[in-house]
Amino acid sequence: MALAQTAALGKRAVVRTARQPANVVFPLIFPMLLLAVNAGGLRAETKLPGFPTTSFLAFALAVPFVQGALLATINANVEFARDIQTGFLNRLALTPVRGIVLLFGQLGGLITSAVVQAIFYLAVGLAFGVRLQSGIGGAAMLLLLETAIALAFASLGSWAALRTGSTEAVQGLFPVFFVFLFLSSMNIPRNLIEADWFRWVATVNPVSYLIEAVRALVITGWDWQTIGLGFGVAGALSIVGFALATHALWNRLERT
Amino acid sequence: MDGPRENSIEAHGLVREFKKGPRAVDGIDLRVDPGEIYGFLGPNGAGKSTTVHMLTTLLPPTAGTATVAGYDVVKEGPQVRKAIGAALQEAALDPFLTGREHLRLQTTMHGITGEERSKRSDELLTRVGLTEAADRKVKGYSGGMKRRLDLALALVHRPRILFLDEPTTGLDVQSRTALWVEVGRLAKEEGVTVFLTTQYLEEADVLADRVGIIDHGRIVAEGTPEKLKADIACSTVEAVPATPDQRGAVASVLERFGEQTTGYGPGSVAVQLASANGNLAEIVRALDAEGVVLSQLQIHEPTLDDVFLAKTGRHLEGAGDEEEQDSEQDLEPARA
Amino acid sequence: MRDTLSVARGVSWRVLHIFFTNKAFLLPSIAFPLFFFTAFVGGLSRIRQVPGFDFPTGYTAFQFVFVLLQSAAFAGVFTGFGIARDFETGFMRRLMLAAPNRSGILLGYTFSALVRWATVATVVTVVALLAQMKIGGDGVDLFGLYALALFLNVAGALWATGVAMRLRSQQAAPVMQMPVFLLLFFAPVYVPLNLLQGWIHGVASVNPITALLEAGRGFISGRPELTLAAFAIAAGLILGFAAWAVRGLRRAEAAG
Repeated sequence: MALAQTAALGKRAVVRTARQPANVVFPLIFPMLLLAVNAGGLRAETKLPGFPTTSFLAFALAVPFVQGALLATINANVEFARDIQTGFLNRLALTPVRGIVLLFGQLGGLITSAVVQAIFYLAVGLAFGVRLQSGIGGAAMLLLLETAIALAFASLGSWAALRTGSTEAVQGLFPVFFVFLFLSSMNIPRNLIEADWFRWVATVNPVSYLIEAVRALVITGWDWQTIGLGFGVAGALSIVGFALATHALWNRLERT
Repeated sequence: MDGPRENSIEAHGLVREFKKGPRAVDGIDLRVDPGEIYGFLGPNGAGKSTTVHMLTTLLPPTAGTATVAGYDVVKEGPQVRKAIGAALQEAALDPFLTGREHLRLQTTMHGITGEERSKRSDELLTRVGLTEAADRKVKGYSGGMKRRLDLALALVHRPRILFLDEPTTGLDVQSRTALWVEVGRLAKEEGVTVFLTTQYLEEADVLADRVGIIDHGRIVAEGTPEKLKADIACSTVEAVPATPDQRGAVASVLERFGEQTTGYGPGSVAVQLASANGNLAEIVRALDAEGVVLSQLQIHEPTLDDVFLAKTGRHLEGAGDEEEQDSEQDLEPARA
Repeated sequence: MRDTLSVARGVSWRVLHIFFTNKAFLLPSIAFPLFFFTAFVGGLSRIRQVPGFDFPTGYTAFQFVFVLLQSAAFAGVFTGFGIARDFETGFMRRLMLAAPNRSGILLGYTFSALVRWATVATVVTVVALLAQMKIGGDGVDLFGLYALALFLNVAGALWATGVAMRLRSQQAAPVMQMPVFLLLFFAPVYVPLNLLQGWIHGVASVNPITALLEAGRGFISGRPELTLAAFAIAAGLILGFAAWAVRGLRRAEAAG
């Protein structure tokens, strides 16, 4: 029964997203626009000695995967917070459904959206001539990695939604995530960052490792160390996020 | 395994305090019998919704005990939730799902699957008159349609006890009447126990078998509407003098029969009669003896508002205006 | 005229009062340009080593000009957000009823955009100087740079005002923001125009913002170029968007 309930809640989250064109189009188009802008504007970077590839598009393709997971997180958790504000969560809480199932359903829907977006980004990349160095198996691994990344952000976003119950507060996370994204190795490999302080920030920034794991599958191949580090960071963030979200859910659902 | 328990609601000394907030519910004792419609009447901020949240297990009480359907609301929350259905104050619906999709989700949450799910959904859609609108998104529904869908969702698992928190607030007369009919039918034909909060006197009067009047978190009166009115009660006589200069004379005559009261037409004099069966003939004779000419004389039967006035010193209408913070606002400080 | 100025004064006082007393509005307006400045200068400074990159006053000054113009354009766009919010809350109707001359409303919002940007520009400039930005231009050049940004600020405000007056909803935010974002980023953001290659070079060559950016960089390096063209474009943008905003106001009046 718990599985059916999780599936029903996940389906509802996906349907709700799919029925709001802005929530579908924006996460698909915005990362592609940013990719186009950066791939065009920073193409000259490939001429730097030590740059790992001759295609900046291939180098930058990793960014939409992380950015897409962030956007899916914001959209889905704004809706989650709205469920709290409108009392929809109370409606669900009045059914025999277990609290953890509510969280699983929310996360499941969000991850589904993120993976669908990832398939789109991958298709666009391939259409513009990017070839995965890790091959077809790498594409499957990439989607698996996207699932892990989405779970990491999703659980942190769900924590924010459950903790605050405010759509504004969840929307306010967008700039925070954005800061993490821009202060990472999204635009340049860490070893080529000139400013020491920025290289240090990018090194302690977990988003760098998520991007680098995706990037490895695209431009390097099966670099297990980098891929493993990406999964490890995503896993660690997921565990922390999930623990926080579960605690917040416990407090939010004061039900007996 | 225990056998079926009776569909009753009982609360003893129920209290809910909020951090930095008021004592929203301040020691409530009540009993609702199986199959009864219990009207919980009070102004905004009186503690109605907080009580419902506690009885439906959404909010743990600070003190006191309560059983719903024979289960303790604190210790046996899951069993309580299986036995009850609830339509809370906000018709919490997802604007992007259709009515049918809401029912599908709700039935799944209650573990109803397969053919039974479709059958039950269709049956409820028909019952609440939403068959035609079933496949439209809820954001296009009127307030009345949303309330009806809300009721259908509360009924998917055939609950033995139904909580309705201000179910007709904001509805037009037609939608309100339709909802009353359905609630009455549920109690009479299906034996469902109904706990209904309302701030409308008429709703409590028409629908409830028994009424509890709540103010500042305490039940100030309880009984059948008839008994409550009879208890305080006493009809009101309202007289309108033919000329304004006779107002004083009219008042002095009427005050012999009871205490002057307010809330009636401008220029009229009203008194609540001292005895339940005040003698209208005597009043007419006394007025005649004083040579007073009236343009109108009316006798008003007591209402639940008179009961509220008698118990709290205020009229129900507007009593909550100075404390416009019901359930949800009340809940927030506790989570801060 | 006195009526118009009086309305403008009232409107701008209110907008600025909200801006300066509400950190939810003030902080993001200042933080975002600073963040972009930090991320671009810190992360991408090695780009100056790309063969052909010969900007004389360094990468900090190169990026400062972009961030200054970006902050100017977005301070204008944010004004449109405020107008849309005022429509949603009904406050705009109050203003329309109270204002004898409604053009004063436009003037007031535009003036407030200008003050907002002046605040942001001051902070960004101070931070850039603290980061030891080199300036090659003299006082007149710098005046030219800030005047150019001011023109862009007014144009941005008028553009967003026109959109807000027509759509009268906060959901119009992407419509106000996205074209400005694209215009700014389809210009030579990271490297000079001559280092852009392929489609982005073609787009940037016809993008009016490119002239503003190149002129601005000319001012700060003390080698003014495209000055006349840049000011002509900026003035043209102001005139065009002023007509757009006034017609928007008339549309809003007609809608009641």
